[in-house]
Amino acid sequence: MTANIEIRNVSKQFGAMTVLDDLSLSIRAREFIVFLGPSGCGKSTLLRMIAGLETVDGGEIAINGERIDHLPPGKRGIAMVFQSYALYPHMTVRDNMAFGLDNIGVARDVIDARIAEAARILEMPQLLDRKPGQLSGGQRQRVAIGRAIVKEPKAFLFDEPLSNLDAALRTRTRIELAQLHQRLQSTMIFVTHDQVEAMTLADRIVVMNNRRIEQIGSPMEIYERPATKFVAGFVGAPAMNFVDAAIDRSGDVITVTFADSTTIATDIASNQVVDGAHTFGVRAEDVRIAPTGQGNVDGKVDVLERLGERTLVYTRLSDGQIIVASDAGNSRVAVGDTVGLAFDGRKSHLFDETGRAWHARRA
Amino acid sequence: MADQMTIRETAAPAVGVRVPSANIYAPQWRNFVFVAPFLFFFTTLLILPLFWGMWLSVHKADTFSTGRFVGLDNYVRLVHDKVFLQSVWNTFYFVLLTVPALALIGLFLALCLNRRTRTAAVLRTLFFSSSVLSVTIVTLIWRIVYIPNVGLLSTIYGWFGATAPAFISDPSLAMIGIAIATIWWCIGLPMMLFLSALQQIPQDIYEAAALDNANRWQTLRSITLPSIKRTFILVIIIQIVLQFQLFGQAWLMTRGGPNNLTKPIVLYIYDTAFRRWDLGMGAAASEMLFVLILIAAMAQYLVTRNKGDQA
Repeated sequence: MTANIEIRNVSKQFGAMTVLDDLSLSIRAREFIVFLGPSGCGKSTLLRMIAGLETVDGGEIAINGERIDHLPPGKRGIAMVFQSYALYPHMTVRDNMAFGLDNIGVARDVIDARIAEAARILEMPQLLDRKPGQLSGGQRQRVAIGRAIVKEPKAFLFDEPLSNLDAALRTRTRIELAQLHQRLQSTMIFVTHDQVEAMTLADRIVVMNNRRIEQIGSPMEIYERPATKFVAGFVGAPAMNFVDAAIDRSGDVITVTFADSTTIATDIASNQVVDGAHTFGVRAEDVRIAPTGQGNVDGKVDVLERLGERTLVYTRLSDGQIIVASDAGNSRVAVGDTVGLAFDGRKSHLFDETGRAWHARRA
Repeated sequence: MADQMTIRETAAPAVGVRVPSANIYAPQWRNFVFVAPFLFFFTTLLILPLFWGMWLSVHKADTFSTGRFVGLDNYVRLVHDKVFLQSVWNTFYFVLLTVPALALIGLFLALCLNRRTRTAAVLRTLFFSSSVLSVTIVTLIWRIVYIPNVGLLSTIYGWFGATAPAFISDPSLAMIGIAIATIWWCIGLPMMLFLSALQQIPQDIYEAAALDNANRWQTLRSITLPSIKRTFILVIIIQIVLQFQLFGQAWLMTRGGPNNLTKPIVLYIYDTAFRRWDLGMGAAASEMLFVLILIAAMAQYLVTRNKGDQA
C-alpha cells in the first residue's frame, strides 16, 4: 500500500508567530522525500501536521486525493518514527509493535505474522521479548521502525530518526533505510537538518527555510543548480564560496569582476540576468590550486583540512575574503604558502540581491 | 590520583615555613558539624525512643517508676484485651476506607487537573489547600457539616425532604464519617504526587499512542497507568503509614465512640499510657502498631513490585 500526498496552501501559526506560510507540495507515491532545513524552519511542524499531531491552520492535506487534515492521527493510515523513538517503556518489543494493531482489532494471528515479518526484515527476532530499557540506541531505533512497518501504512514519516545515533551507526542505519524503502516501495517522508542524510536518501529534497520552501528537486539538482543563495550555502560541505562581484553583460556570457579587479568568465547567459549587485558563487571542488600567479587570483593558505581523499585549502585573498579550494588528498600545500586559485567559470553561479540564483547554460 | 591533586596557596609563603598542600578530596571532619544537629535530634527523638519503647514494653512501668521486668506479659494482656482488639479492627477498617479512596480520588483529580489552564491551576490549589489545615480545623468543619438538624448535610437533605445520615452518632456510620473528613483533609498530597508523575511521562509516547489508534481508555490503561505505577505504590505506602496512625480526627470528632467503635490503636495507646498511666502496656501496643504498619507497607510493596521492569 502506498500513497501520494498533496499539501495545498498550508499555513501554521503558533500564537502570533507564523511557522509555515502558504506552503504547497506534491509527494508522489513510492517517493522518498526529505525535508531539509536548519532548526526552526518548520520542517518538523510540517511533518507533524501530516501526521495529525499539529492542527492545520490554513490549507489542506490529502492522501490519495482524500482530505485527511480533519482526521485524528490514527485514522490517517500513516506511521511515524520519532527522534526519541517514543517506545512504550513498560511493554516488550512485541507488545510495542502489536499495540497499534490490537487497538483496531486486527486478528491475533495476523498481528503475529506481521511482527515476525518485521522482525525478520529488521533482523531482530531475538529482541522481541525484551523491554526498551534493555535495548541499545540502535536496537530501539529498529523497534521504532518495526512498529511502523507492522502497520503497513500508506506512508512512513521519519522525524530526525538518526540524530540520536553515533556516527557509525547513523551511516549504517541510513543505508538500511534506503534498502527498506526499495523493499517496501512505500511513500516515505524524512525530516533532517543533515544534508548528507538528505543527499543520500532522497528521491527529492525539499529545502525549507524561514517558513517556506526554498527549492524542491533531486539531490544533484539541488547541489548543482541551487535555486537560491540560501540553498547554495546550506547544501554542500564545505559551504559554497561567495564573493561580491560586479557583472559585465556585454558578451553572450557574463564576466564577473571582483573588488581587486580579478575577472572570471562564467558560462551564465547574459540575457537572463539584470543589472545590480551580485554575488559570485563557486564550490570548493571547482576551485583548483595552481602555482602562484597562474590562477585567477592568489591567496595565502590559512588552514588545511586533510580529509584523506582530498584536502580542503582555506585561503585568504588580499582583501581578506576567504576562499576554500579542494586539492588532492596528498596535497603538498602548507599553511602560510601563497597559492594561485583557478576558478572553473563553467561551474560558477551568480546570485542577485534577492538571493535568486543563475547558473551556467545547460550542456 | 586524588592525593596528587593539590591546591597550593597563591600567596607566597614565608621562607622556611612549611605549607601543607590541601587535598580537595580528603575527608574534612569539620563538615560533620553541618550534619551534627540533625543527627543529634534524629538520634534523641527517634532512635532512642524506639529502643526505649521496646524496653518499656517488657516492663511494668508507670509515670513515676520503671518497675520490674515482666517479659511478654504486656503483649499477652494486650491480645486478651477486647478494647485493643476492637481498636485494631477499627484501624484496619479505617485504613481500608481511606487508603484506596485517597489513591483513586487523588489519581482521578490529577488526571482531570493535569492541564495548563487557569481553571486547572486554581482547582489544584483549591484541592491542595485543605492539606494545610490543622486537624482541629478539619474536624471542626466536618462536625459543622455533620451536626444533626442544622448541619450542612442536614440542610441539603432537608431540601429533598430527606433525613441526613447521622455520621457521628450512628455506630455503623461513625467511622465512615471520620473517613470522609480524613479523605477531604488528606487528598492534596496524593493528587500532587500523581500530578508530578503524570507530568514526567514524555509527551511523545502519547503522540505515538495517538498514531497507534489508541482511544482515551486504551491510552489511560496502556500508557498512563503503567507509567505511574511506581508513584501509585508510593502513594499507597505513604497513606498506609499515615492512616494507621489515625488519632486527631477520632479523638476530636467522636472520642472513640460510640462504644469504642471508632477508637483507633493510637487512641488506645494514648488512653492506656497517658490516662490509665500503664506505660508498659501502652508501649507494647505501640510496638504492635509499628509491626502492623511495617507488615502492611512491606506487603503492599512486595505484591506490587514488578521484577525486571525498566523504564
